[in-house]
Amino acid sequence: MSREQKNIFQNIDWIITGLFLLLVLLGWLNIYAAVYNDDHNNILDISQKYGKQMMWIAGALIIAIVVLIFDANFFTAFPYPIYIASVLSLIAVIFFGTEVSGSKSWFRFGDFGLQPAEFGKFAVCLALAKYMSAMNTRVEHFQTKVIAFSIVLFPALLIVLQKEAGTALVYTTFIFVLFREGFSGNILLGGFFTTLLLLSALLVNKTVLVILLALIAAVISFAIWVSSRNRKKAKRVIWAVFALLIIASGAVLGVDRAFSKMKPHQKTRINVFLGKEVSKDMKKKAGYNVNQSLIAIGSGGFSGKGFLQGTQTKYNFVPEQSTDFIFCTVGEEWGFLGSAFILFLFLALILRILFIAERQRSSFSRIYGYGVASILFFHVTVNVGMTIGLAPVIGIPLPFFSYGGSSLWAFTILLFIFIKLDSNRLLILR
Amino acid sequence: MTSQFSDRKYVIIVIFSAIILIFLTRLFYIQLIDDQYKLTARNQAFRYMVDYPARGNVFDRKGKRLVYNQAAYDLIVIPRQVKKLDTAEFCKVLSIDRKIFLKRMEKAILPPNSSRKPSIFEKEISIEHSSILQEKLYKFPGFFLQPRTLRKYPEPIAPHLLGYVGEVSEKITDTSSYYMDGDYIGISGLEKAYEKVLRGIKGTHIEVVDVHNRPQGSYMNGMYDTAAVAGKDIVCTIDAKLQAYGEKLMLNKIGSVVAIEPSTGEILAFISSPGYDPNLMVGSALPKNYKILQQDTLKPLFNRALMASYPPGSIFKLINSLVGLQEGTLTPENLYPCRGGYPIMGGKPKCHAHSSPRDLVGAISTSCNSYFCYVFRGIIDAKKFGTTKKGYEVWRNHVLTFGLGKPLGSDLPYELRGNVPSIEYYMKKFFGKNDFKSSTIVSLSIGQGELGILPLQMANVMCIIANRGFYYIPHTIKSIDGKSIDQLGFRKKQITTINPKHYEIVVEGMAKVVESGTAAMQKIDSVPYCGKTGTAQNPHGKDHSVFVAFAPKENPKIAISVVVENAGFGSQFAAPVASLMMELYTTDTIKRPEVEKRMFEMDLIHKIQPIKKQ
Repeated sequence: MSREQKNIFQNIDWIITGLFLLLVLLGWLNIYAAVYNDDHNNILDISQKYGKQMMWIAGALIIAIVVLIFDANFFTAFPYPIYIASVLSLIAVIFFGTEVSGSKSWFRFGDFGLQPAEFGKFAVCLALAKYMSAMNTRVEHFQTKVIAFSIVLFPALLIVLQKEAGTALVYTTFIFVLFREGFSGNILLGGFFTTLLLLSALLVNKTVLVILLALIAAVISFAIWVSSRNRKKAKRVIWAVFALLIIASGAVLGVDRAFSKMKPHQKTRINVFLGKEVSKDMKKKAGYNVNQSLIAIGSGGFSGKGFLQGTQTKYNFVPEQSTDFIFCTVGEEWGFLGSAFILFLFLALILRILFIAERQRSSFSRIYGYGVASILFFHVTVNVGMTIGLAPVIGIPLPFFSYGGSSLWAFTILLFIFIKLDSNRLLILR
Repeated sequence: MTSQFSDRKYVIIVIFSAIILIFLTRLFYIQLIDDQYKLTARNQAFRYMVDYPARGNVFDRKGKRLVYNQAAYDLIVIPRQVKKLDTAEFCKVLSIDRKIFLKRMEKAILPPNSSRKPSIFEKEISIEHSSILQEKLYKFPGFFLQPRTLRKYPEPIAPHLLGYVGEVSEKITDTSSYYMDGDYIGISGLEKAYEKVLRGIKGTHIEVVDVHNRPQGSYMNGMYDTAAVAGKDIVCTIDAKLQAYGEKLMLNKIGSVVAIEPSTGEILAFISSPGYDPNLMVGSALPKNYKILQQDTLKPLFNRALMASYPPGSIFKLINSLVGLQEGTLTPENLYPCRGGYPIMGGKPKCHAHSSPRDLVGAISTSCNSYFCYVFRGIIDAKKFGTTKKGYEVWRNHVLTFGLGKPLGSDLPYELRGNVPSIEYYMKKFFGKNDFKSSTIVSLSIGQGELGILPLQMANVMCIIANRGFYYIPHTIKSIDGKSIDQLGFRKKQITTINPKHYEIVVEGMAKVVESGTAAMQKIDSVPYCGKTGTAQNPHGKDHSVFVAFAPKENPKIAISVVVENAGFGSQFAAPVASLMMELYTTDTIKRPEVEKRMFEMDLIHKIQPIKKQ
C-alpha cells in the first residue's frame, strides 16, 4: 500500500470530469424531451423514463465517488479476478437471464434490470491492460497475440451467444489499443477498414463512399508522413494505404450487390425490432428506423425546433428514441448547432483521455486509457453513425446520453477507474 | 515514459477526428442542404386541417331568402375502431344491404384511405335521418357524424341566375393556390360571379399527430393557424314574386324573359325557359342530375337570356328610327308608301296590310316594313357621308352605343356579345371589290339579316328608350353584406349618341303600338305603357315571337324583353307574357285572368312533339 491520498478529489482531471457531467446532464434533458408529453411533464417524475434516468444518474455519481474512494492499487492488482467475475456473469445470464425481444442479456430485478455485457467492457479493458503491461509480455511473440486476442474475444463470443451481436461488435474496438501497443498496423488497419467498408457499402451511395475512402486514405497518409521520422518506411505505408484504397473501391461495387440479397432478412429484423408491421412505403434501403431517424435529424435544420418542440421524436415516429436513437432528439430539437456541439464534446472527451493516457508513466494506465477512449469512440461512431445513416443499425447506446442504468453505470465505472488511475500517476510508478 | 510506438497515437487521433469530421459533413448535408427531410417531417407529423366557412346566403330585393345552407351530415368511419358491429342492425338504420356495407368498408380500408384514417361512409344524411342515426351511434363504435352544409333553394326559381355550386375541377386546383381537391366552388350564375364574396375564406389549423395518426393537439399553440372567415350574404336585384310569375307564364314554352328597372339597371327578372329546379344541382346528386339535364333536347341548362343571339326583328325599327332622326335623314313627318312591301325593290321585303302612306308614329305602330327600308337606306345612302360605306359606319357606331354587338358587362358570367356586322364582314361576304350597296343589306332595316341580339340586350334597349337616351349596365347585385355596391361600376350612366329629344317621338310610336297597333290586345288597365312587337324570322323553324316594352309610359318602373321561340307573331305570345308581368309588377294584381289562364295553359313544347313523331 502506498501513501494515502488526503482527498479523493485530489489530482483528478477536472476536464474529463466536467465533460462527463455535462454529457450526462444533456443526455437527461434530451431523454426528457424525447419522452415528454403534456400529461407527464415533471422531469422528476420517476414513473417516466426521465425520472428513472435521474435516479440512474444519482447512482452513477455515487458509483463514481466509490470508484474514487477505492485505492488505485485495487484496479491494478485485481484485473484478472474482475475479468473472471465478469465472464462468469456473462455465462450466468445465458442460463438465468430474462429474455427481452429475442436476446438473453438481462438480469431482471423487478422494474430494474442489469446487463452484464455492459460491465464486461471495463473488465476486458483492465485485463488487457494488466496483460499487455506485464514486464514479460513481448508484442512480437505469437503467444502474446493469441492471449491478447483471447482476452478480448472470449467475452465477445459469450455476448454473441446472448444474441447481442451489436454489443459484441464493440470489442473489435480494442484493435486501436493493440495497434498502439505495437501490433502490426497493416493487419489491424486492414481489418478495420474491411469492417468499415462492408458495413458502409450497405448504407452509403457508392460514389460518395469511394470519395470518402479516398479522403480517409489521404488524411491517413498525411498523418503518417507528418508523424513518421522514418521517411522511407512512411512511403511504403502510404503506398499500402493507396493500394488498399483501390481494392476497397472495387469491393464496394461488389458488396453492394451481394448484400442486396439480404434485404428480406433485414426487413424481418426491423419488423421484429419494432414489434409491428411496417407499411410498404416506409421500406427504405436502410430500414424504417434509420429513415425516420434521418427525417427527425434532417428536419432540425440549422438551429433546431427548440427544446420540447420536436415532433418526430416526441410523437414516436422514431423508434427507441430515448435509448439507441437519442441523438435524433438532439438533431431535431437543437439542429446542426446542437449536434455538432455534442459531437465536439465527445471528441474532446476522447482526445483528452488519449492525451492523459499518453502522459501516464505506467503502461497499465496508458493501455487502460486507450481502451476507454476506444470503447467510447466505437459507441459514439456506431450510435451516431446509425442515426445519420452512416452505420448499420446496431443496438448500442450513446455513452452517458442514452436512457438506461446499465450502460450509464458501466461507462461511469470505466471512465472513473481511468480518472482514479490518472490521479495517482505521480504517486506510484507502476 | 515514452513508448516505442508512441507515434502511433497520431494515427489514432487522426482516425478519430476524421470520423467525427465525416459525421459533421453528413449532418451539415442532411440538416442544411437537403430539404427532403424537413418536408417529410411536416407531412408525417402535421395534418393541415381545413376549417370551411359557411357560404353566404342570397336574398331577393325584398329580403326574401333565395339561397341558404342546409345542414347535413356525413357518416364517417375509422375502420380500425369498428368493433363488435351488429351489421344487420347497422344496415337497417342506413337502409343499405350487406353487400353495399362490405363494399364501402373495403373502400374505406384500401388506399388512398386506410384503416386508421377517417373516411366518408355515407354522404349527406339529412338532419331528420341523422337524428335517428345519432341515437343509435353508440352501438356502432368507429362511426361518427361530421356536419357539412349543402345549398338549399327554398323556392325552386331562377336557376340560371343563381347558378350552382359544385366540386372544383382539376384545372382550377392546378392553377389556384386557394382551392384544394374536394372544395366547392360557384360554377355558374351568381354563385360563380360572387364566389369570392360568398365563399368566405377557409381557415387552417395544424394538428400534430403521432406515429399512429392520433391527434396530439395543435402545433405551437395554434401560432400558425388561421381562422376561417364566413362568407358574406348578398342581396340580389331579383323580385322573387315577379320571377316566379314569369317562370309560370313561360312554362312549356322555349324562350326567355329579362326585366330591368330602367332607372338603375337592376335586373328584376331573369328567365330562361325551360329551366330546372336548382335543388337538383346540389351535393352528391349533382353529377347525375347534371348529366340528365345536359342530355335533355330542350337544353334546360342553356342560359338563353345571356347566350342566345336572336335576329331582333321589328323591334330593331326603333333603333333605326332614332339613328335616322339623329342624322337628320328622317323627320317624324316623313311619309313613305307601302304597297304590301318595299316598292323600290319590287315589293320586298314584304309587309302586311295597313293604310299607306304613314308617318313615323304610324309606321312604328303598324310595324311597316317598307317605311323602315326607306329610313335605313336614307341614313346610309345620305349624300353628306359621301359613300354608303361611310354611311354604314356612322349608322353602326350609333347602334353600338345601344349596348349591342358587345357584351354589356353585366355581373353574370358567360355573357355573349350578339352581332352588329362590321363593314369588313360585309365586304368579304357580299361586295368583294364592288361598291358597298344599301340594297344588299336592306334586311337590317327590319332587324333581320346578320343581326344578333341577346334577350338581355333587348331589355337594355328598352331601358334606353324608357330613360330617353341612357342606361345603366344591367346587373343582379344590390348589396353585399348590407353594404351598397357603388364601387362596382354599375352606377355610371351609359349615354347613347342620340339626342334625348328624338326619343319622345319613338316613345309616342310605341305607345300607339299598345293603344291601337300590333299589341292593342294587351293593354293594361290604368297603366299606359309602350311596347314593340317583333316577329323574328328564323331559318330553323317557325318565327320567334318577340316583344319589348316598358311601363308605365312616364317614369317607367320596368323594361322588359320576351322571346318565345318558334311561336309566331310577337303579339300573340311574347306580348301577353310581357304585359302580364308588367301588370303584376306595376299594379301588384292581375285584372285579366282570362289572358293569364290562356298563357299558363299554352303548351308550345308538347304540341310540337306529337307532330315530330308522325
